[in-house]
Amino acid sequence: MSFIGFLAAHRAEFAALLWQHVLLVGASTLAAIAIGVPFGILAARRPRLGAPVVWIANVVQTIPSLAMFGFLLPVPLIGGLGARVAIVVLILYALLPVIRTTIAGIRGVDPSLVEAGTALGMTPAQLLRQVELPLAMPSIVAGIRVAAVIGVGTATIAAAVGAGGLGEYIFRGLSMVDPTVILAGAVPAAALALIVDGGLLLAERALRAPGRVPRRALAAGLVIAILGGAAVIAFRPAAGRGAVRVGSKNFTEQILLGEIVAQQLERAGLTVERRLNLGGTFICDRALRSGDIDVYVEYTGTADTAVFKEPVDTDRQRVLERVRRRYAEGGLTLLPPLGFENTFAILVRGEEARRLHLSTIEDAAAVSASWRAGFGYEFLQRADGYPGLSQKYGLRFAAPPTAMDLSLIYRALAERQVDLVAGDATSGLIAAYDLFMLQDNRRYFPPYDAAPVARAAALLGHPALREALDALAGRISIDDMRRMNQAVDAGREDPAAVARAFLARLEPRRPSKG
Amino acid sequence: MRVPAYDSRVTAAISLRGVHVTRGDAGSVLRGLDLDITAGETIALVGRSGAGKSTLLKVINGLIVPGRGEVIVEGRATRDWNPFELRRRIGYVLQDIGLFPHMTVGENVGVVPRLLGWEAARIARRVDEMLDLVALPPATYARRPATELSGGQRQRVGVARALAADPPILLMDEPFGALDPVTRAELHREFRRIQAQVRKTVVIVTHDMAEAFALATRVGVLDDGGIAQLDTPKALARTTDPRVRPLLEPLLEARAILG
Repeated sequence: MSFIGFLAAHRAEFAALLWQHVLLVGASTLAAIAIGVPFGILAARRPRLGAPVVWIANVVQTIPSLAMFGFLLPVPLIGGLGARVAIVVLILYALLPVIRTTIAGIRGVDPSLVEAGTALGMTPAQLLRQVELPLAMPSIVAGIRVAAVIGVGTATIAAAVGAGGLGEYIFRGLSMVDPTVILAGAVPAAALALIVDGGLLLAERALRAPGRVPRRALAAGLVIAILGGAAVIAFRPAAGRGAVRVGSKNFTEQILLGEIVAQQLERAGLTVERRLNLGGTFICDRALRSGDIDVYVEYTGTADTAVFKEPVDTDRQRVLERVRRRYAEGGLTLLPPLGFENTFAILVRGEEARRLHLSTIEDAAAVSASWRAGFGYEFLQRADGYPGLSQKYGLRFAAPPTAMDLSLIYRALAERQVDLVAGDATSGLIAAYDLFMLQDNRRYFPPYDAAPVARAAALLGHPALREALDALAGRISIDDMRRMNQAVDAGREDPAAVARAFLARLEPRRPSKG
Repeated sequence: MRVPAYDSRVTAAISLRGVHVTRGDAGSVLRGLDLDITAGETIALVGRSGAGKSTLLKVINGLIVPGRGEVIVEGRATRDWNPFELRRRIGYVLQDIGLFPHMTVGENVGVVPRLLGWEAARIARRVDEMLDLVALPPATYARRPATELSGGQRQRVGVARALAADPPILLMDEPFGALDPVTRAELHREFRRIQAQVRKTVVIVTHDMAEAFALATRVGVLDDGGIAQLDTPKALARTTDPRVRPLLEPLLEARAILG
């Protein structure tokens, strides 16, 4: 239960994130009701009109939420990093349950009651308000409850587009591999889902009970409070115009690089707005292209294959040139690489490497016949993972390689459960466990040089920006990166402080002007 | 041509002239039906299932617009009425009552006055009055959920709801159909008492000739989309019309057994 201690220590921040979460879910659910219930009524009355609405809502529901954020980021008016796009996505997900249960509720009203209402002289609108909607209400509320619970869950993803909420802790915890921080986001989110679900159930029961004046005022008050709050967060003016917005993906190394870039720019006198911890390559790329961030650090191989969908290419210079050109076509500039590569690392124990004088994968292939190997599930399966690697180097092991979780792989090697693993070249654990990274001398893996990519417009608008980023060219070694990752992941140090210390050490080596 | 059926001082509250209703694959339900209903009388329309009894009521309150012919209610053809205003001036007791389950008994009774925009205090007074009329003490019943009533009580609330806005016309579609014979007889007595008090123009449709005889001043027999015979119960009991005799059989049989 150490996450309670964490929450106690971060009371103010937790309260702010929780409130953001409530606003995101509240505003999107209210909007989904405002849109979904009329659509549901229409669909119940006119099945021909209704069928496509339900069909579209169904399709929307199947789109993974992170992909949806990515699609919507560049859309004008609703797009852009922050709460607005998150609320739009949450509305889209909340629509289906609301529409469906409204249709079911309206269609489920006993036709003899509709006839009774008509015979008594109700107009269609009166019939709807006095008979159909009240009778459909339990069904509609059931849908709203489902929508709100889905919303509480999906809103945790909203942290990926900088909308805040409890997902901040979950993403932060995931990137720090710290279960305490993950729980600090996940447990309150789960509790919130239960409270929302139960609260709506009670609210519906209360609404059905007699005594109507105060409950209307109460409901109206709640609606106004939530909409007001949502409007504040959705349309709060973006930070100062002149600010350079620095993004990063959502793992430790990226957050460190984001901090290093941000602080480097601040040292150059620029105003910086941090939009770190965004949900992955896709989100960062979309955010950059839509102008929501001005710069983030990407890896050349990732850009080549994941962003530009090129087949795997192992020629370092060719990849760099192609990625630079493809970025330029989109109005983006790839700046000089920072000096390290975050590639796959084929690792052995340091002691073994020294004893057997191993320096390359080729060296290891000569002696690996008596070894056992451990790889991550994905590396084991992918054609550009283990199968290709063993072919390229003629690797043979005593037994078929074991599939292991990536987080356990370093320790398994250190504890002699296996003798060779594929890990992450910048992992801090390589130094911590005295592991040795064999050189990929036959260039099997594509190059993953880390390099900032910036909007050309931002470079033009801030002359100091390019100079500051150029000054980082080749200055971060793989050892630097491993040390910093280790300091944050294992040492629980603050990424901003680690980045500051790094830049301070870098300073004396900077070539002095004049 | 129009033949005033009764004393000329009493106007025809409802007139149907050559009314034709065709309903989908059911074919013609009403074929050129003529009927004059006098203000203040209770007329019962009897017929087999599917004879068009319910259709006839729906034609009167504008739920169904006849394909041919016209229906005149209070001197105006139904197609010239605003249908909602027309229905609010016609009380309707439905076959299955159709009490709204999400409302209290009192709210059910007050539905039409609310539609008419009466103020709350007047509605409350009227609801109490109506519940008293149908012998359901308002103190006990007004706030009770409509779902917590027995069959006989539901029928009474149905009648109270139909009468709440004091409509000149009351339509009743098999109003006591689903009740046991004892409760039904009790409600027949109640109905006669209420009718003596309120003096509405009442049209009851039923498949039960005994019920028609018990409640109506005139009984009409619906057959083949028209009125086969329309007369007082006494006159009708002596008919030789082969379309009417079979409907009387159960009644005469019972009378023969009782002596």
